[in-house]
Amino acid sequence: MSKKRPDIKKLEDKAVEIREDILNMLGKAGSGHTGGSLSLVELLLTLYFYEMRHNPENPGWDKRDKFILSKGHGCPALYAVLADAGYFPREWLWTLRKMGSRLQGHPQKDISMGIEASTGSLGQGLSIACGLALSAMLDSNKAVRTYCLMGDGELQEGQVWEAAMMAVHYKLDNLCAIVDWNKLQIDGWVKDVMGIEPLNKKWKAFGWEVFEADGHNFESIMEAFNKARGVKGKPAIILARTVKGKGVSFIENQAGWHGIAPKKDELKRALEELRKG
Amino acid sequence: MKKKMIATRDGFGEGLLELGRKNKKVVVLSADLTESTRACWFKDKYPGRFISCGVAEQNMISAAAGLALGGKVPFACTFGVFAAGRAWNQLSISVCYMNLNVNIAGTHCGISVGPDGATHQALEEISLMRALPNMTVVVPADALEAKKATVEAAKIPGPVYLRLTRCAVPVISKESDKFEIGRAKVVKRGKDLTIIACGNMVFEALSAARGLKKEDIDVRVINMHTPKPIDKKAVIKAARETGAIVTCEEHTVYGGLGSAVAEIVSQNCPVPLKMIGIDNQFGQSGNNEELMKFYKLTSEDIKLAVKRLLKKK
Repeated sequence: MSKKRPDIKKLEDKAVEIREDILNMLGKAGSGHTGGSLSLVELLLTLYFYEMRHNPENPGWDKRDKFILSKGHGCPALYAVLADAGYFPREWLWTLRKMGSRLQGHPQKDISMGIEASTGSLGQGLSIACGLALSAMLDSNKAVRTYCLMGDGELQEGQVWEAAMMAVHYKLDNLCAIVDWNKLQIDGWVKDVMGIEPLNKKWKAFGWEVFEADGHNFESIMEAFNKARGVKGKPAIILARTVKGKGVSFIENQAGWHGIAPKKDELKRALEELRKG
Repeated sequence: MKKKMIATRDGFGEGLLELGRKNKKVVVLSADLTESTRACWFKDKYPGRFISCGVAEQNMISAAAGLALGGKVPFACTFGVFAAGRAWNQLSISVCYMNLNVNIAGTHCGISVGPDGATHQALEEISLMRALPNMTVVVPADALEAKKATVEAAKIPGPVYLRLTRCAVPVISKESDKFEIGRAKVVKRGKDLTIIACGNMVFEALSAARGLKKEDIDVRVINMHTPKPIDKKAVIKAARETGAIVTCEEHTVYGGLGSAVAEIVSQNCPVPLKMIGIDNQFGQSGNNEELMKFYKLTSEDIKLAVKRLLKKK
């Protein structure tokens, strides 16, 4: 069950632009989460330009699929993709984290600009997504799918596993979770801070259908979404192997880049590196 | 005439049944306390709209938020201690920050829960819930009021916390009485002092006022069933007209109804004020009456407080 394939080359070019936007936004804001935004780019682009049914012209469309960014700190990536998709003017991106901006430091629900839920306190997104999926199921509106993207560090929150049970108990096959499996969190490597492995087996044991993907390879992500869409009678999860800080060599795989923005010279170097490819 | 004794959780259960009949959007969630919270009545009648959540309050509250985002009107049911204490950040971020029509029923509130002891006696949730922006807090005085409050809560677009009790309390209101969230009810007129109470303490306050009448002390009693948003006008009027206020709640005096009243009185029309409630203590096992006496929450304690405060007027 696959959808119309987008032009991969175009998506790859778009990914570079989105990364540039993210870095520029964070640079202007002077604070924010660089590493965990850069790791999300291909996943979000695949969701918004391939997988989800949505309409930026009509953000409140009642048949739209829903997306919850449970790891709310990755919102610069979401904002950049939403602006690119046409939900709001690109100029808004440069107001990130500024007083009075609709682009809050962590997402604030605003359906008119494509933000389905307020998130930022980790661990709540999957529960919210369960509620949305349940409500679609109660309305026999199963064509509407709900997607929830979590961080791997976030999986240390107990509430995630409460929601994991609920999704299986209610056979929410209209729900698809995605993990940005970049192995790092603010304090360091996930395995050192509080181990969560074996991740694949854990989700299987909870009753989910588990897929793994290369979170920076569009073909691999699309294939995982295609498979997830075909799962019946239970929820699906895609464990997407990613690199924190992807695309900029001196930011990649550095826990120190979790919660800081690039300074002027760093921004310049990062943008140069991105453009060179 | 002896008044009928019914727990406010029963009124809530009946309110849910009425909502089930009238509003197809209403769904009920329960964290394994379906019988205790009376959510079971709705479950039996409308099983397709009942969502069992297991012992997982955090997920229940955020999932209720998701259901509200999906167009439903959820009621999440558990004990008050767990609703507020276990899922406070979920209430804050998933529910209040998005200002969703999520209604939370906390039963078994107050010291009068009795033998279960401190772990199950909710004594802090008015404070915790009141601190959350957008949250409405309702503490019905009897079962009839609880039923009306439940039906009204569904109509309010934002979140509502219903504080309910397990122990039966006298039904002091009438079916025909008008009930409006945020609008205080003067249940006894008086001019010497005002007692502002909520929940089952309204009955205690009325008993105290009747006793005081025999001693020629004319006390006004206000049923402040909505500690938030509190009826500011009624509080100011009481302070101006009667010159002294005693507040009564089966709850800590730190941040509860007494604090809400004091916030208004102190900034608008300072008068002598005494708060009756739990003072920086945990509860303990015991029967309802013993506990109410031990924590000084009876009508006799209220009478004593009134007389002492009148001397300061």
